[in-house]
Amino acid sequence: MIPALVTLLGFQLAGEVASRALGLPLPGPVLGMVALVIAFSLWPALVEIVRPVAQGLLAHLSLLFVPAGVGVVAHLPVLAAEGPAIAVALVGSTVLAIAAGALAFAGVARLTGNSEGEPRHDAP
Amino acid sequence: MTDPALIWSYLAQGPLLWLTVTLLAYWAGDTASRAAGRRPLVNPVLVAVILLAAVLGATGTPYATYFEGAQFVHFMLGPATVALALPLYANLARVRRAALPMLAGLLAGSVTAVVSALAIARALGVEGSVLASLAPKSATAPVAIGISERLGGQPTLTAVLVLLTGIIGAIVATPLLNALRIRDWRARGFATGVAAHGIGTARAFQVHETAGAFAGIGMGLNAVLTALIAPAILRLFL
Repeated sequence: MIPALVTLLGFQLAGEVASRALGLPLPGPVLGMVALVIAFSLWPALVEIVRPVAQGLLAHLSLLFVPAGVGVVAHLPVLAAEGPAIAVALVGSTVLAIAAGALAFAGVARLTGNSEGEPRHDAP
Repeated sequence: MTDPALIWSYLAQGPLLWLTVTLLAYWAGDTASRAAGRRPLVNPVLVAVILLAAVLGATGTPYATYFEGAQFVHFMLGPATVALALPLYANLARVRRAALPMLAGLLAGSVTAVVSALAIARALGVEGSVLASLAPKSATAPVAIGISERLGGQPTLTAVLVLLTGIIGAIVATPLLNALRIRDWRARGFATGVAAHGIGTARAFQVHETAGAFAGIGMGLNAVLTALIAPAILRLFL
């Protein structure tokens, strides 16, 4: 568990330092993720070291958004004033963005002949 | 017997109480979600946030006090983002094969998210810093907050809008993608990750490993693209 934590935190740390030092628009953890994928390909044994902790974290990814989400209480005045407009904008744009992204992906996959259709109906 | 007020003042100062309550609320949310057969409307984050907001309101606890305890959970977002390298690496061959569809899905999803959010909000009379706070809402929280700051938005409002977007995405993705007859797990996951970042990704992982992996990639790529396009698109609406 300790080597796995050191690896995850170490790559995040390296990502944060690189992001700030080079003034990149990418946040540190995203850079750390990219660097860790590269490290996995160079040294596949690292995958088994990180796997148990990484899987544990990802299985409860939703939990990690709860503290920021409770911040809703601090913004109730703005949300009350502009709530309906913001709600329509959020729902409308999220529906449109998911539809546009999925249709574009599936359309181009079909055109380039690499579809992976599965007749299921319980997907996200 | 010690005065309960003394015990309360001790608990109100340390992180122990709110950390425990956060985990408890999420446990309740996750149990409810499981009991509902993972129906998207019973989203564990949504349930936990409502429970915690009610508890904070009932005890008169300010958000800043709550966050001091909950920040340990919040902190784990960083390592969890790095941990997305694992499903990404496991799917690397499929990712390489799907480079073109991913590029198309990313451009379509990311541009649609920013443009449509601003267009709808502007048409309904939203202006200024609230509009700037709204622009990056489909990007993952730490990135969206950074973008919002640079655009003259309110970072904490952005954090809330990001979260609401994620919850909406996690709720609508399944029925919407079924209605569109999209059966490719990669397309379903990727579009959900682009539009609804980590919460969409968490939802995708609950349903299918491949969808989750592609959602994680979509989230990461959209963080980059939103940082690049949001300033230019926002200028069109101000």
